[in-house]
Amino acid sequence: MSEAPPAGKGAPKKFMLINRTAPYGSIYALEALEVVLIAATFDQDVSLVFMDDGVYPLVKGQKTAAIEMKNFSPTFRALDDYDVNKLYVERESLQQRGLTADDLVVPVEVLDGAQLGQLMAQQDVVLSF
Amino acid sequence: MLHIVNKSPLDRGGFASCLRAAQPGAAILLIEDGVYAVTRGTAAAGQIGRNAASLKFYALGPDLQARGMNDRIVDGVQIVDYEGFVDLVEAHETVLSWL
Repeated sequence: MSEAPPAGKGAPKKFMLINRTAPYGSIYALEALEVVLIAATFDQDVSLVFMDDGVYPLVKGQKTAAIEMKNFSPTFRALDDYDVNKLYVERESLQQRGLTADDLVVPVEVLDGAQLGQLMAQQDVVLSF
Repeated sequence: MLHIVNKSPLDRGGFASCLRAAQPGAAILLIEDGVYAVTRGTAAAGQIGRNAASLKFYALGPDLQARGMNDRIVDGVQIVDYEGFVDLVEAHETVLSWL
């Protein structure tokens, strides 16, 4: 609020959305995805972080018919069409869950927590889900 | 950057994740059940001691009082009231709530 120069009207801001929740057990992960699409529609500089249980929405092989909920994991593959291609996954969170980047539905950049923290500090807006 | 943690470190991983991401100089404010992180004898409180040189720790007094934790606060934590909470938010460019 004090250091950044005031953004001109319509100037894109750096938005970072941080996903920390698993899919289906709550609505947060899906809502985060909706916000990403909205921000991208307004041509903002959007990046996405997946950490803690927030890595689970990206896991391949989700089949939700039997729980009668929409499988929204394919939507992550559409993000590139909205020019949202800065997807970061925390290394520690993957390791804690026995996962690797190969288990995920989209190509991501795997960074450790401290590296993610550096990116967070560069944002205009950080939203957590 | 100001990080706000509102969940107990014994129940959820938000505090631990926050510590992985927090950059030197960052402020961490514990509120609601997050205040248990600053109480003596917890593993989380040990983390506060280890990071005291690079991070600034704050906890919301009314939440500590409400939980009977007032006399169990470890060194290196500054207690703030609601006004102090607002001041912290105002003083930082970005605020991240680890919900």
